[in-house]
Amino acid sequence: MDINIVVAGEAGQGLKTVDQIIGKSLHRLGFSVFSSKNYMSRIRGGHNFMQIRFGDEKVAGPVEEIDILIALNEDGVDIHQDSVKDDGVILFDGDKDLDYMQVPAKEMAKEVNPKAVNTVFLGYAWKLLGLPLDALKDVIKEKFGEGDIYDDNVKLLDAAYEKVDTTFDCELPDGDVKGLYINGNQAIAFGAATAGVQFYAAYPMTPSTSILNYLASRQDKLGIAVEQAEDEIAAINMAIGASFGGARAMTGTSGGGFSLMAEGLGLAGIMETPLVIAEVQRPGPATGLPTRTEQGDLSFVINASQGEFPLKVIAPRDQEDAFYQTFRAFNIADKYQLPVIILSDAYLADAGATIPEFKLDELKIDRNLVDENEWPEDKEYKRYELTEDGISPRAYPGQLEGEVVLLDSDEHDENGFIIEDGETRVKMVDKRNAKFEKMKREDNEEPLYIGPDKPDYMLVSFGSTYGALKEAMDRLNGNGHSIGMLSFSDIWPLPTAELEKQRSYDTKLVVVEGNSTGQLASLIQAETGLTVDHRILKYDGRPFNVDGLVRELEEEVIS
Amino acid sequence: MVDKNIFDADRETAWCPGCGNFPLRKSLAEALAGLDITPDRVAMFTGIGQAAKMPHYIRVNGFNGLHGRALPPALGFRMVNPELKVIVESGDGDTYGEGGNHILHNIRRNPDIAHFVHDNQIYGLTKGQASPTTGEEIKTEVQPYGITAAPFNPIKFAVAMGASFVARAFVGNQDHLIEMMQAAIEHEGYALVDILQPCVTFNKVNTYQWYKERSYLLDDDYDPTDYKAAVEKAEEWGDDIPLGIIYRNDARKPFRSKFDWLSDSFVKDYKEPAEYDDLMQEFA
Ligand SMILES: Cc1ncc(C[n+]2csc(CCOP(=O)(O)OP(=O)(O)O)c2C)c(N)n1
Ligand code: SF4
Repeated sequence: MDINIVVAGEAGQGLKTVDQIIGKSLHRLGFSVFSSKNYMSRIRGGHNFMQIRFGDEKVAGPVEEIDILIALNEDGVDIHQDSVKDDGVILFDGDKDLDYMQVPAKEMAKEVNPKAVNTVFLGYAWKLLGLPLDALKDVIKEKFGEGDIYDDNVKLLDAAYEKVDTTFDCELPDGDVKGLYINGNQAIAFGAATAGVQFYAAYPMTPSTSILNYLASRQDKLGIAVEQAEDEIAAINMAIGASFGGARAMTGTSGGGFSLMAEGLGLAGIMETPLVIAEVQRPGPATGLPTRTEQGDLSFVINASQGEFPLKVIAPRDQEDAFYQTFRAFNIADKYQLPVIILSDAYLADAGATIPEFKLDELKIDRNLVDENEWPEDKEYKRYELTEDGISPRAYPGQLEGEVVLLDSDEHDENGFIIEDGETRVKMVDKRNAKFEKMKREDNEEPLYIGPDKPDYMLVSFGSTYGALKEAMDRLNGNGHSIGMLSFSDIWPLPTAELEKQRSYDTKLVVVEGNSTGQLASLIQAETGLTVDHRILKYDGRPFNVDGLVRELEEEVIS
Repeated sequence: MVDKNIFDADRETAWCPGCGNFPLRKSLAEALAGLDITPDRVAMFTGIGQAAKMPHYIRVNGFNGLHGRALPPALGFRMVNPELKVIVESGDGDTYGEGGNHILHNIRRNPDIAHFVHDNQIYGLTKGQASPTTGEEIKTEVQPYGITAAPFNPIKFAVAMGASFVARAFVGNQDHLIEMMQAAIEHEGYALVDILQPCVTFNKVNTYQWYKERSYLLDDDYDPTDYKAAVEKAEEWGDDIPLGIIYRNDARKPFRSKFDWLSDSFVKDYKEPAEYDDLMQEFA
């Protein structure tokens, strides 16, 4: 069983609420759920749609064909009707010359609560699927609380449920429902909270804003400070200041904001101050396509800011990975005293998925600060003390009595004092590079490999393309092909061992990425000398979907 | 009282002989010593410029960051550390030019930060271009026909913004400068002290002599809590330049107090990840 529901309408029609209620209810019933958003950069009007796909087996990416189309306006019908399957259903409240199910939503809602039009559609859809109403009602109760709104919704749900017959008859999965329904930005924000982030500063920018929203709305509960900065320059500098103060600090933005942060990124680099930055990509340059998705900032983030300094970039592959990688990013930033960038994108940011509960018990916070009780009394504190592995003892101001901590954006000596002599400059550059080498050895995860031994084709990707690609690969392998996939999450420094292994096989490398120039392909070629045989690139602002990937791979690569 | 010599960084400076930064540094050490503050209890934030090199020349905790960006890291630090004294030292270009947006919003926030602007009315480090406070009579290599924009009046700006503490001092009157610095450090909120600091190399107009002839101390009966009087005082420049606390508004609460859930020692307080289970259940 694999059902794809699309809810289409204009901004302001409450699509997001419908999507959340359906998604969460399906999750509670035990289905595997995947939902994604497709919206325009406007608050009212335009054409937006949500896709909610669910099944009894893992679903992890969007598909094209629609089983149930809930069209909240006429455009919704016009734009999506061709994707509706032959045995699919269109729900629409209006007058059109085609085959659809007439839902008298406005009329029914008028008598109960005119604002609850969407609930009528929900009731219809739920009955079409043959699913129990209680699950929906519970989620609505959680969202609106008990009271008139809830009662009105229940009335409309019950009435709508009476009006149609079951068509899809979904069988409920058995067993206990465990796990979470969460989107990428929530996973990043919760990962940061769990890692003990104490200061988060950001300037709103789609699609990163919901990280700020999540942490801001829980800051009192978490006992942390969240500040809306005056701009991205302030945001990153505030976070670096908080990190200097000994706190775990983070900022988040999208490409344009990250451009403004570039100087601050280098500041964290030369100051050797831990910092976690979420860069949630959208298509650029400049303002680009504000609400769409792309993986176009890979080359930029690894090269951002002038000069040379170590940093790490991690591109989470899905919601679960986003959580664990954010947690890990804080430990790595603290261990090596450098900036770590979480490179996500609009698609993952907003995509909701059912995933296993996070194993909180297995996580450990590692601050790597000096212990003030063990600092030798006769030892002078030097922030940039030269050590073999390049990592100096880190203390925050006031931590060691009588000692001072000096950070500098100018090149400096072990004490943090400005220098200009060549010898010290070389020592400090070598020191920072040594940390990078250590990080490569100790904290660089190889890409995930899935597939047969020595496949004919190897699909190589990074970040959020993982889910759709995996499903596409499974389908193709089901059709008798021999395809494997390599999915990078740690992307800079590029872990190369798994890739190098491919040298010895007669495997064709197919790089799949969401940009127009093949940035991952170039990075691989530069770092390993391997030749990339095919590139599947997508840069229309839309995410890869399973159907499209299968088609493109079959037509252009495997033939 | 703390010995002022403990602030000696024992380093050669990059300042020109006779520069106004020297008496400023001396006054700062005396101000801190006079308040019984030791070097480990101060965190100093600076941007880039001649003035901004201060943490290298005085022994305190220091953060010598980016041009124009001294205030944001100071704010981040202030939020996570309510105990140390936070001081920002910066030039007029650093503060009112590159950092203009930050001073505007930090006056709105009112964090507990003492901000000392070394106002030499010129860009020193980059060799004598106009700064936002450069006087209209000055010509520079970049402004050969005279400055092209009207001078910025930091005092008037800060008063109009309702800053909780606005003062002016002059390095040629060190006792008064020390007094202003101490009042700013003790003020709970954002305290701006615009310090007239001659640049002997690039500003041949606003010299020690020029300031000496024009500056005067505010009368004892001047009431800095009177907003209207402050706006009027803020206009004075040219022949008469008032020194002292021009405006103060102690009713404004410091920024961090609005986050009343923040503990004082939270930098040390870490929960085990498992304690976030109830937060995780929001997604169940
Ligand atoms: C982003 C950036 N732009 C420009 C500079 C060059 N720069 C360094 S200091 C300075 C002006 C300093 O003037 P001011 O703040 O008045 O300090 P002063 O040197 O006079 O003490 C400039 C433009 C820089 N370091 N960084
Ligand atoms: S250039 Fe001017 S401000 Fe800079 S050190 Fe020399 S005299 Fe002082």
